[in-house]
Amino acid sequence: MAAALQIKKPVVRRRINWTPYLFLLAPLALYVVWIIAPTFYTIYLSLTNWNGVDPVPGFVGLQNFERLFTKDRTFSEALLNNVRWLVVFITIPTTLGLGLAMIFNNEMRGGRWYKISFYSPLVMSLPVIGLIWGWVYHPRAGLLNGFLQAIGVSSPPGWLGDRELAIWAVIIAAVWRQVGYVMVLYLAGLKNIDPSFVDAARVDGANRWQLFRHVVLPLLAPVTTIIVVISIIDSLRAFDLVSIMTRGAQNTQVLANFMYIEAFNNYRMGYGAAIAVVLFAISLVFIGFYLSRVIRDELEY
Amino acid sequence: MTTVAKTTTPPGTRTAAPAAGTRQIWGRTGLYVFLTVLTIVWLLPVIAAFITSFRTMDEISIHGFWSVPQQFTLSNFNEAWNQARVSRYLGNSFIITIPALIGMLFLSSLSAYALARYKFKLNLPIYFMFVAGTMLPFQILLLPVFRLTNALNLYNTHLALIIIHTAFQMGFCTFVLRNFMRTVPGEIFDAARVDGASEFRMFWQIMIPLSLPAMAALATLEFTWVFNDYLWAIILLQDDTLKPVTAGLATLRGQFNTNWPVITAGALIATLPTLIVFIFLQRYFIQGLTLGSGK
Repeated sequence: MAAALQIKKPVVRRRINWTPYLFLLAPLALYVVWIIAPTFYTIYLSLTNWNGVDPVPGFVGLQNFERLFTKDRTFSEALLNNVRWLVVFITIPTTLGLGLAMIFNNEMRGGRWYKISFYSPLVMSLPVIGLIWGWVYHPRAGLLNGFLQAIGVSSPPGWLGDRELAIWAVIIAAVWRQVGYVMVLYLAGLKNIDPSFVDAARVDGANRWQLFRHVVLPLLAPVTTIIVVISIIDSLRAFDLVSIMTRGAQNTQVLANFMYIEAFNNYRMGYGAAIAVVLFAISLVFIGFYLSRVIRDELEY
Repeated sequence: MTTVAKTTTPPGTRTAAPAAGTRQIWGRTGLYVFLTVLTIVWLLPVIAAFITSFRTMDEISIHGFWSVPQQFTLSNFNEAWNQARVSRYLGNSFIITIPALIGMLFLSSLSAYALARYKFKLNLPIYFMFVAGTMLPFQILLLPVFRLTNALNLYNTHLALIIIHTAFQMGFCTFVLRNFMRTVPGEIFDAARVDGASEFRMFWQIMIPLSLPAMAALATLEFTWVFNDYLWAIILLQDDTLKPVTAGLATLRGQFNTNWPVITAGALIATLPTLIVFIFLQRYFIQGLTLGSGK
């Protein structure tokens, strides 16, 4: 027995060792070259003053970061706007999406069509959403100001042309899209809830609110966590709407668009890389958090 | 479970307590009115774009958006389709999206198979790397990928976009497929192994057919994601004639600066492909959305 095991073991190990790597060879090579290595390369570029033309980027140490955090006012504006975006994203779509999911979780006639209406913005590209909302916000002929004038507001705001309001106007368009997404995720979460928990609480005499507050909501906690992480990552990625609707003018700059402008319009590629690294560093906190949950799930197996 | 569920249905309550029954009917009606109003308000931007696309800018600038339309015209769609080249842009979108979809599904099914079926030292680290990669902000990749495509002479080609979409989306696809493949019982493969099937044959003839439902959901979702990409298109393409419809719309916006009927007509045409996919493959689309998170 012991002898058989000793003979068998090396053979098995050798066979197991190579097959998975053969399967992984092509995908992993592509992933490392186009995703993993570029991530590190950007970190390197952030320490240079590369202009996109020089064959060898000049090393400048942490100068780019120093300038970002001490001198660059657009950077602080962008950072603040990302924070605004993030705060709105983890509160409003989450609440609205949960509310809608609670309504649509019950069987109701025509429920399907109502649901479709709310998640249809998800199939539109962000440039399309940006254009459509740009038209809604049009200062003279647009839907919104046309309506405001009709009800007697003599000088309605210029929305995307208004330094105070523009960023919120952009965020609203983003929220409009996000609500349907959150709703879908919550609906899936609600479907997974074991009805016996709900029944047990009903038998104990819980009213609707208590049922929601003390049974459904805690059971949805894992879904909520995922939604919050997705919302944060999405708000850090915010680019398309700003690029289409305002190009970052009127105090609407966000980090992703700022990086794009610095690197690809102003050819300050090293500086742009530094902005990307800041964005990456912020994301890393949440990627790490999400990853730690995935790791925990795996180790429980 | 079923008994409690039944008590909430109308027949039971109606016989038990008529007062509660009428209240419930009022409540229902109220809910429907509320939802209908909410839905209309929610879709108002789309409805507005739709109505605008059939009108003329002259009429809107004179009478305002909320005026009763004097005439309906299809010329905006004609102008967007031909003069603004939306037809061309849409074609480009498909040329980029379809190969990228095939590439990412094929490659990620390979990696997912390896990660789901074999025990090896680097299994989990590689899996975690794929998962982490799905959440990267694109900005961290822009400059090196831009430089790499230049070095490989791929800048300003569709192939560059196909490669970066394939590579980036592989993380998410591997994540989803790996978790799906782990639910396939190993006994199925044992029988095949006894029959002398090679590892690749087991992958191709057993695992792939079994994974088709998950792949369909993934494909539907990824189709909309890749089709709707804007950032990579403006980074890696220069010629207007090569642009997908998302980047093309930005050009159209500049070209028809104040002609909103043409802009909205273009935007609506641009949405048709993903809308059609969504309508016909709705169940897969919703499944796809929940795949990554609700597992």
